[in-house]
Amino acid sequence: MTAQPEIRLARVSKWFARPGAQEPFRAVEGLDLEIARGEMVALLGKTGCGKSTTFNLIAGLMAPSQGTVRVQGLDPFRDFDALRGKIAVVFQSDRLLPWRSVCQNVELGLEMLDRPAKERREVAQLWLVRLGLSGHEQDFPYALSGGMRQRVSIARALATDASILLCDEPFSALDEITGQRLREDFAALVRENHKTAVFITHSINEALQIGDRVIVMTRPARIAYDVRLAPGMRAGPDGAIRARIQEILAA
Amino acid sequence: MAGPAQRNGGSASPVRRMAQTLAPFVLLAAIWQLASLYFPRYLFPSLVDVLAHTIAIFSDLAQLSEVLATVGRILAGLIGAFVLGCAIATLMARAPTVDRFLAPILNFFQGIPALSWVVFAIIWFHGTEPRIFFIMTVTALPAFTFQVLDALRGMSRDLIEMVMSFRPTRAKLFRAMILPAILPDILTAWKVNLGNASRVVVVAELVGATGGIGYELLQQQQVFDMAGALAWTLQLVFFVLIAQWIIALIEARALRYRAASERAL
Repeated sequence: MTAQPEIRLARVSKWFARPGAQEPFRAVEGLDLEIARGEMVALLGKTGCGKSTTFNLIAGLMAPSQGTVRVQGLDPFRDFDALRGKIAVVFQSDRLLPWRSVCQNVELGLEMLDRPAKERREVAQLWLVRLGLSGHEQDFPYALSGGMRQRVSIARALATDASILLCDEPFSALDEITGQRLREDFAALVRENHKTAVFITHSINEALQIGDRVIVMTRPARIAYDVRLAPGMRAGPDGAIRARIQEILAA
Repeated sequence: MAGPAQRNGGSASPVRRMAQTLAPFVLLAAIWQLASLYFPRYLFPSLVDVLAHTIAIFSDLAQLSEVLATVGRILAGLIGAFVLGCAIATLMARAPTVDRFLAPILNFFQGIPALSWVVFAIIWFHGTEPRIFFIMTVTALPAFTFQVLDALRGMSRDLIEMVMSFRPTRAKLFRAMILPAILPDILTAWKVNLGNASRVVVVAELVGATGGIGYELLQQQQVFDMAGALAWTLQLVFFVLIAQWIIALIEARALRYRAASERAL
């Protein structure tokens, strides 16, 4: 008997009504996808191909129009409370709460899990140190640079110790060097903590650098290519794989 | 030439700032005192008389209780309007049908003058307190409702989505996201409505009460005692200033996360 996949999408479609249009916008159409526990999957596709909609469906932030989405066997949209603490999300922008200090922002997920204040503070402190933000605990977000803010948002996601991490192009707004450094740190932390991670990106380099498995999506969010990368391939991936991805994205 | 910080008063010392705040009042008082030398007492009484009346109100328990009655009416009416306004705004924000139904009614209410509400209240209610509570609540209700509704609608969808990704209970969503997000607008609403309410309460007491600052103003008008009228008016001004100061303190504490720009708008 095979193990139940950590994330499973079966014939999932998501449509959005458009004002004045008879036909809805089809962001995702008949998507089938399975992600096993501990996998680090890079979802790659051009802008507007439905990656973020897929991300929101897995995160339970929206319900599918058709099909089923299951995370650890539960419907992430309907079983809202049951999946509390199981999924953590890193968004494209940092989305820090401006009225909370850095430390309080990192504590947010732990507050939702009813962890005692002392434990929250200790865990937040630990992650802030690991992400190089020691000494900024009491700063408000406006006082931080873009890279620091994004590191706080990563700390906020990791602090809950959720088994599934969903990341929607978290480094796309950063400069090349900061993005590269954070990407490496992030990938190391995820692997070290044995998380299942879904990493959305539109960058081939980023997908090949981060993913154990790279899935290329085409509009409207259908899988065009699904490849597993051996650990050695991440440093210098097979030219054929890169060429195939480029060919699909260019089509 | 003054730099940006000097232009917005950012680098002025506390003494200088205090002097700048007091200067217009000193000038106004001087002009009034000068006028009192050339005009009859019932037109421009001496500021010494006004001060004596003011101190008399403060030191006489019976008169002070009239001031406190007015303050109580303002606060009760505003709290009533705020609670009701929050409930209505929440319903309107959650259900478009409720919004479409209630928004025109609230707009209609906004067009009714405060004096008309006073007349309606006198006809509809027998006791003084229900009358004034009704007037204060109904006149402040549309403003509170629309201000809270705008605040709810203006919340960042990105931030709500982020908090929802942690799957909070309703109470935790309210505490972590909704309350801090709408607090600045709520404080502004209180500041605006406090000023409006202090004007409405005088009208309400003038016509529909047998006590309070508005009623006392009517007594002063009947004996042409300008010093008394000014002294009673000052009681209301003091209350509004104290209340605004308390709100400013809350703002300074609750909104300290806002970045301060060195350049003025």
